Amino acid sequence: MPKRVGIEVSIAASEAVRLANVDAIAAYPITPQTHIVEHLSEFVANGELDAEFIPVESEHSAMSVCCGTSAAGARTFTCTSSQGLALMSEIIFITSAMQLPVVMILANRSLSGPLSIWNDHTDVMMVRDCGWIQVFGENGQEIFDLTLAAFKIAEDHRVLLPFMVNMDGFILSHVIEPVEIMDQETVDKFLPPYKPLYRLDPDNPVTMGAFAMPDLYTETKKAQDERLKDSLPVIEDVWKEFGDLTGRYYKPIETYKAEGAKTLFVTMGSFGETASTAVDAMREEGEKVGLCKIRLWRPFPYEAFWDAVKGAETLIVIDRATSYGGPGGPVASELRSALYTWDDTPKVVDFIAGLAGRDVAPRDYQEMYKRAQERIQSGDIAGYEIYGVRE
Amino acid sequence: MEKFNVYAVRLLPKGEAIAPGHRACQGCGEVLGVRLVGKALGRDTVVACATGCMEIISSPLPTTSWRVPWIHVAFENAAAVASGVEAGLKVLMRKGKIPKKKINVLAMGGDGGTSDIGLQALSGALERGHNLLYVCYDNEAYMNTGIQRSSSTPFGAATTTSPAGKLKPGQMTWKKNMPEIAVAHNIPYVATACPSYPFDLTEKVKKAAKVDGPAYIHILSVCPTGWRLPPDLTIRAGRLAVETGIFPLYEVEEGKYHLSIEVPKLRPVEDYFKIQGRFRHLTPDLIGKIQERVTKEYNKLLAKVRFSEEMP
Repeated sequence: MPKRVGIEVSIAASEAVRLANVDAIAAYPITPQTHIVEHLSEFVANGELDAEFIPVESEHSAMSVCCGTSAAGARTFTCTSSQGLALMSEIIFITSAMQLPVVMILANRSLSGPLSIWNDHTDVMMVRDCGWIQVFGENGQEIFDLTLAAFKIAEDHRVLLPFMVNMDGFILSHVIEPVEIMDQETVDKFLPPYKPLYRLDPDNPVTMGAFAMPDLYTETKKAQDERLKDSLPVIEDVWKEFGDLTGRYYKPIETYKAEGAKTLFVTMGSFGETASTAVDAMREEGEKVGLCKIRLWRPFPYEAFWDAVKGAETLIVIDRATSYGGPGGPVASELRSALYTWDDTPKVVDFIAGLAGRDVAPRDYQEMYKRAQERIQSGDIAGYEIYGVRE
Repeated sequence: MEKFNVYAVRLLPKGEAIAPGHRACQGCGEVLGVRLVGKALGRDTVVACATGCMEIISSPLPTTSWRVPWIHVAFENAAAVASGVEAGLKVLMRKGKIPKKKINVLAMGGDGGTSDIGLQALSGALERGHNLLYVCYDNEAYMNTGIQRSSSTPFGAATTTSPAGKLKPGQMTWKKNMPEIAVAHNIPYVATACPSYPFDLTEKVKKAAKVDGPAYIHILSVCPTGWRLPPDLTIRAGRLAVETGIFPLYEVEEGKYHLSIEVPKLRPVEDYFKIQGRFRHLTPDLIGKIQERVTKEYNKLLAKVRFSEEMP
């Protein structure tokens, strides 16, 4: 029987990894990811999880070890944050090209400098184009569920891609929430053991990680791009299956009170919860606002996004990273680009907010809503506004 | 050992880990080392290879020279990838997911991938105690990118980033002593080897494969292209490196030093230098300075060997 318990989200995430019966974990400690690796090493030390825990000397080696364990045929997990992701980023890109289904939780944290341990999305946006499946969880339950489902999606032979579950650092990682922890029997029914398509086996030798000359490189990249795009229906299928089993259904794009909304906030990760509170308050005041939450960031679900926003007049996008000197925050830039191919598209007003743990409360959404109206009236919606700067 | 050499050639397995038809330069000492290591380890071996000469000569898509499972991820992480392979195979065998058998895990890299950019990953793998063999094929510079100096380039050698100019006569730092760094990790087995002494090399690899825990072998890999040396002198250059005491062959087993090839009287270093273009510019002064250092280092090694003989 599933158990609903009050639990720190990092511990819930570790429970998901334990229930997935992973074979190997390689990780290096970095705030705010540490609670996950601590709990996983406890499981291994107590014999509650039969896995190799490899306490590496850097994040670069963490991802390199993960490539090795995954290529050997082991179900593999790691987690990191911020600078750790930056250090391992070289290998992140290779992991996807080599089709190694490593699952990672990224406890999102801002990048230095100035040094900050607090939450935003500058780390994940740095590796936007790394070829991993990338999802964002909004609360503890979602992190637990998405992590479990991640193994099934990543290891599906139609997919075979690494999978990144984004979890807002501190805001999610260090809070205690009610989470329903699945029982082992249900998990086993949902998630079969990993059957690698290829592994490093002396009886069936394969060469992994060959180099490509210009006459083949483009073809490998086209194949990789198609593989990532083609994972979308598998992701939807697995989430559907998970929903049928647990009653908790997930979609690439989620909406809240979006029907009849003239203005939609667009958020990712834990901001969705605060934004929905703000939407409730504004709806009570008679404002036609709603919320669009991007759960699946890669592969980007264009159709679902368009279906969610096509009736709206304005999208207020909350970016949590800066693209210095660019046309907008990374999310708004992408959404503008995605909308460009359709007619009668909503206006996109971009705010960069909540950098490095700066709190964004419901009243801030109301304030951004007001600012957005002002910007639209004055015809100044190009670019972006860094919200809440203390002058 | 001498008597063993007479019949050992028949004892070498016929099987090859690396197939002929690869793209290495003529006279490449490194690929010869790779071949011998492969023969010694046999087919139940998984190789994790660093970026470098041996990677690009053997794996152009869609072809491969490798007859054993082989993985290349990046330049500086062969030791980490091999750590993962070792840990992965171990846990899968323990959990009954793959058949139990002895599989050798070999990590390999050049001197750049080992003593420079890969040093941290290697140190981590040695410290964690993975049951793997790391082989450094040392050709004393970044040959793959065009003969740039590394920390393993010997004093006085001209490379493209330590050229022999009017003010500086080539590399002005002493070669990093990588085998000693491995010894400092207190691992069960460390050795130096050279393909010019093939049976010594294969015996060391077999020994390394047998130990429980990490093993490190540093193989001097003569590079005719980078050393400015006729390709038919590869074997002779390797022998001269040993006979001059520039690259002594030795083993460190559980901390005990043992000299593999005893050289009663070291040849002068000039004998080694004069066949290589990279040392052509050296003046007698500099050669004297190098000779002094080589003798001193060799005597230090002898002292360690003598000390080991007295160890209980």
